[in-house]
Amino acid sequence: MTATDTETRYDYGGDEFVYVELSPAMSLPVHFTSLGITRRLAEEAIPGVEEIAPSNASYMVRVDPDRLHPRDLVRELQRIEGEVGGHSEDLTVATRIVDVPIMLNDPWTHEVLMKFRDRHQDPTGTDLDYGARINGYSSTEDFIDALAASPYLVTMMGFVPGLPWCFQLVPRERQVEVPKYVRPRTETPERAFGFGGAFAVIYPVKGAGGYQLFGSAPAPIFDGEQRLPDFAENDSVVFFRHGDVINYRRVDQEEYDDVRAQVDAGTWRYSYRELEFSPSRFLADPDGTNAAMKEVLYG
Amino acid sequence: MSVIVRDPGLETTVQDTGRLGYYSIGFPPSGALDSFAYHVGNALVGNEPGAAGLEAVYLGPTLEFTQDTVIAVTGADIPAFVDDAEIPTWESVAVPAGSVLSFGQLRAGARPYVAVAGGIDVPLYYGSRSTYTLVGIGGFQGRALRAGDELPFGSLARDPRAGRRVDDADIPSHPSTAEVHLLVGLHSYRLTEDSLARFTDTEWKVTPDANRVGYRFRGAELEFVPREQPFGAGSDPANVTDCGYPVGSVQVPGGVEPIVLLQDAVTGGGYATLGTVVSVDRDRLAQTKTGDRTRFVPVDLDGALEVRRDRLAALDRIRSALAS
Repeated sequence: MTATDTETRYDYGGDEFVYVELSPAMSLPVHFTSLGITRRLAEEAIPGVEEIAPSNASYMVRVDPDRLHPRDLVRELQRIEGEVGGHSEDLTVATRIVDVPIMLNDPWTHEVLMKFRDRHQDPTGTDLDYGARINGYSSTEDFIDALAASPYLVTMMGFVPGLPWCFQLVPRERQVEVPKYVRPRTETPERAFGFGGAFAVIYPVKGAGGYQLFGSAPAPIFDGEQRLPDFAENDSVVFFRHGDVINYRRVDQEEYDDVRAQVDAGTWRYSYRELEFSPSRFLADPDGTNAAMKEVLYG
Repeated sequence: MSVIVRDPGLETTVQDTGRLGYYSIGFPPSGALDSFAYHVGNALVGNEPGAAGLEAVYLGPTLEFTQDTVIAVTGADIPAFVDDAEIPTWESVAVPAGSVLSFGQLRAGARPYVAVAGGIDVPLYYGSRSTYTLVGIGGFQGRALRAGDELPFGSLARDPRAGRRVDDADIPSHPSTAEVHLLVGLHSYRLTEDSLARFTDTEWKVTPDANRVGYRFRGAELEFVPREQPFGAGSDPANVTDCGYPVGSVQVPGGVEPIVLLQDAVTGGGYATLGTVVSVDRDRLAQTKTGDRTRFVPVDLDGALEVRRDRLAALDRIRSALAS
């Protein structure tokens, strides 16, 4: 571990990874510092740097230690942090705001979460009841309203291909926070809407998972065969990109089924608009910025 | 010009060196779990490095070859037969058209590999022929093989020849207690000093939850240092703000069930990690099975790089010897 004059921790993930934690806590300024550093690192195209993965409040680099000593890489990263570290909020991101239908308190995730109560903090209730209670909401319905009230920023991709970690664009005191399961489930339904720490996710495929299960998205976010036009036209098997703004819009069973039918017919398309996201503008006026972004999307 | 799968065994997949460059959108590398066995197999049959082969687990597949070719079985210690005659493993063997490769009972290790001259020719998916079954992509139709599948041979044979053999001294022994080197770090500060010491002192037992994504172990209880959790992590003491997971990293949800991530790793998440297994030692984990034991031997960065250097130098030496 190498200390610098900032809080940043540089560490080695075995012989092939360098892990850099800018802060143990999540915040937008820290996230944009991670983005600024990793963008610069990509531009510099240093031989031996194999993969760069920005994440919420940290980033990771895969290095070929036969070409670049991990210690030398850390020195380069410290230099870059010194050069771009303080100016990250000036960054603007060319991004999209995407309408993402979501059914909260759905029957599918409910069935699964009830099977794994022994791995949960509160075996007696549901994940939504638990989330509402520990976040100080008087009813589960109010909690559900808060989850869908403001858009989210995609601050990390991964776990499995295409999963977006989404950080809600609201002041800290309005942010929802929940723990991950005590022990991860061995089962999560495809397209489940989950929440862990301060992050919402959609699970692209079924599989293991440790996030609280709150709902289900009818539209796929991973399409391995690029069958749907959103994937085919962008020549990508994943829909979301780092930096996307997602507006989760609550739908009922009828609209959920309608989206599923469009997916089955191969005609489903997300509606989205392109825009510039400026963290400094957002931090100065969160609700105003959100309203303006929603206006661009639904306007 | 192909291999016909008569019986797929338990879970046999097409694998190569892996799919690199897409970690940041969530693609793990995939690829052969026992990289040494895979590379030596290609060298034995005279393939270009990177040709795709087959990885089985616990039970070998039964395969029919539709034309004369050269194959090599490496990895786990398992008897292999062509038609009814036992063939040597870690050696290239000529197989005539119409002959059938089958396997007996596993003696040690967990994963046999089959290399075929020319490699297995399935389409490249994001730059690799490796199967990633979790999302159903790559390899043969994105899945483990089934009876009746027909896999074409590729054109990556450089110098196919029977009778090449790996020296006995270079054949890994697959003890039932594997030793792997661990670079302690990442979020190791979340665990008490006692618990970190207990982690490296314990012989951990491989649970039935052990697959290409990761291996779960049981054997001791670990405790986290109490703290006020940072914003974004979640209130459980095992929680951190979600971050990237190195391949080979060790996480300990709940403090009772360490998970070591392997080639089909989840690429990130929010459980504290205590360190990372040195890349070349993932080969050893790949050859452990449910009920086997594993010890994690701590090393520093220089130690980790030395383990890597030694193992890769041995592989280079073996490859050169086989090529001559």
